[in-house]
Amino acid sequence: MTSQLEKTILYAIALAAALAAPWLFPNFATQIAFLWMMVLFALTWDIMGGQMGYNSFGNIFFFGVGAYACAVVQRDSGLDYFTAFAVGMALAAVIGVAAAAILGSGMLGLRGHYFAIATLGLGIAGGEIASGWDYIGAGSGLETPLYPGEIGAREMFFAYLFFVLAVASFIVLTRLYAGRFGLAINAIRDDEDKAEAMGLHTTRYKTVAWCVSAFFLSLAGGAAGNMIGFIDPRDVAFAGVTFGVWMVLMAILGGKGTIWGPVIGAMIFHVTQELFWTYLLGWQRVALGLLIILIVVFFPLGILGWVRERWPELFDDTADEAGAVERRVGEP
Amino acid sequence: MTGLLEVESLTKTFGGVVANDNVTLAVPEGAIVGLIGPNGSGKTTLFNSIVGYHPVDHGSIRFDGAEISALRVPEIARLGLVRTFQQTRIYGQMDCVRNMLISVPHAEEDLWTMFSPYPAETTERAGELLEFVGLYEKRYMRAGELSFGQQKLLEFAMALMNAPRLLLLDEPTAGINPTLINDLIDRLKRANAEIGITLFVIEHNMRVIMDLVEHVYCLAHGELLAGGAPQQVRQDPRVIEAYLGGQ
Repeated sequence: MTSQLEKTILYAIALAAALAAPWLFPNFATQIAFLWMMVLFALTWDIMGGQMGYNSFGNIFFFGVGAYACAVVQRDSGLDYFTAFAVGMALAAVIGVAAAAILGSGMLGLRGHYFAIATLGLGIAGGEIASGWDYIGAGSGLETPLYPGEIGAREMFFAYLFFVLAVASFIVLTRLYAGRFGLAINAIRDDEDKAEAMGLHTTRYKTVAWCVSAFFLSLAGGAAGNMIGFIDPRDVAFAGVTFGVWMVLMAILGGKGTIWGPVIGAMIFHVTQELFWTYLLGWQRVALGLLIILIVVFFPLGILGWVRERWPELFDDTADEAGAVERRVGEP
Repeated sequence: MTGLLEVESLTKTFGGVVANDNVTLAVPEGAIVGLIGPNGSGKTTLFNSIVGYHPVDHGSIRFDGAEISALRVPEIARLGLVRTFQQTRIYGQMDCVRNMLISVPHAEEDLWTMFSPYPAETTERAGELLEFVGLYEKRYMRAGELSFGQQKLLEFAMALMNAPRLLLLDEPTAGINPTLINDLIDRLKRANAEIGITLFVIEHNMRVIMDLVEHVYCLAHGELLAGGAPQQVRQDPRVIEAYLGGQ
């Protein structure tokens, strides 16, 4: 068990390293931005997939919605770059959350595999609609405005923006999981029928969980559209086969249902993926596939899940009666 | 007979099987009422109908005077009518305290409370009730790691945490060792007397029925055979025949 002081020091070191990274390795700034985006992907997927037990393959939908909403504001508003970007991001979040609320109230009546299959359709539908809609550029996509700063500043800006987004989602989720919301979605995961029988507002909690997820994903989408500079409906915005699948894999790799699992999973996944691209070009997909198989076979509970089974005391899972440590539950 | 819960001519069929046939009964406020009957006689089906788990074919179910037969499970639970399950159901991956905290009544909840922390009284109450069922020492254990009997006790404590007006208990003593059963009977009586929760209990153990309830109903083949004081129902020839299968 780590003490509070040790914990604070560890957090401070990690934070300092994360803040310094783009300055120390400016050539990797875009990679670092992608790394934080992956962390955000895994964290937001885990709200539903890990903590609530609802596997969603359609979360990429909100990312795409955010990307387009932000880009349309930037294209049509006539404001200067940063103002338009800020307004676009705000609108992206609003539309993303609204979409999750509407879709959720309809789709979250489905359970288990049925929900998973329905969400699979959602991501694909998003891509198809976007590539047929002229207002947002249809199949030829949408270009985002040029970043006004000097060379290198753009990469730096997005590296820090995604860092802020990832840390913000981490903090918000840590707080939410510690309180009533976290307990409710865990209860839904463990036994939804029981939760209903106890009078829990299950549909409301499920919908809000998806809205939280959509909020951060649509912000990430808005930022990613600008970082990449071009929004392709199928390869960027509604990239189900890449981003959409990765967010699931990263959360499972790190250990779903934990707060640090998705973070660790995303980091390992992104780094190994980049290494495969660099050193195993031509075989990178094979190597990635092999990695996924190894993960599922040897770490079915994910890295943190495996650690938790072996060293439960690190997770406050004090099973023995005498050593039960006083913990504060339900307080942020 | 009027009561907190009134079931009138309730019929529920599954295809050709008549699980409940024209059942009429009442549970008065503050009472402990029992429900007995051989396996497959429709006791759990009756419970499921009452809590809104499935729609009923005919008849009416009134809770505190209001018709509830068209309401859904969580809505009925929020009115203060809660059930426990025969195959004990707890939240296995959460510890006992968390199981308790999430079982608070949900009737008054709005969007804001979803994100707010629990008040200190709630945490205290959870501790008290865990103490009440004798699980306080195990409060930080994952509920799924408790023994079956302990899970039953936890489920009972969770139901109390929900502060219902009427609690339907589906075989609360099944799978609990005989010495613990006395303890449990005592706790059920105290929950009734001290907290004021009306109890409606399905039970196979006749000793428990004799000890616990004031009034008992007997179901067989979906029909209500008899109702009355336990001593009287026990000696009813129709009840004996239903249990022993007289030809």
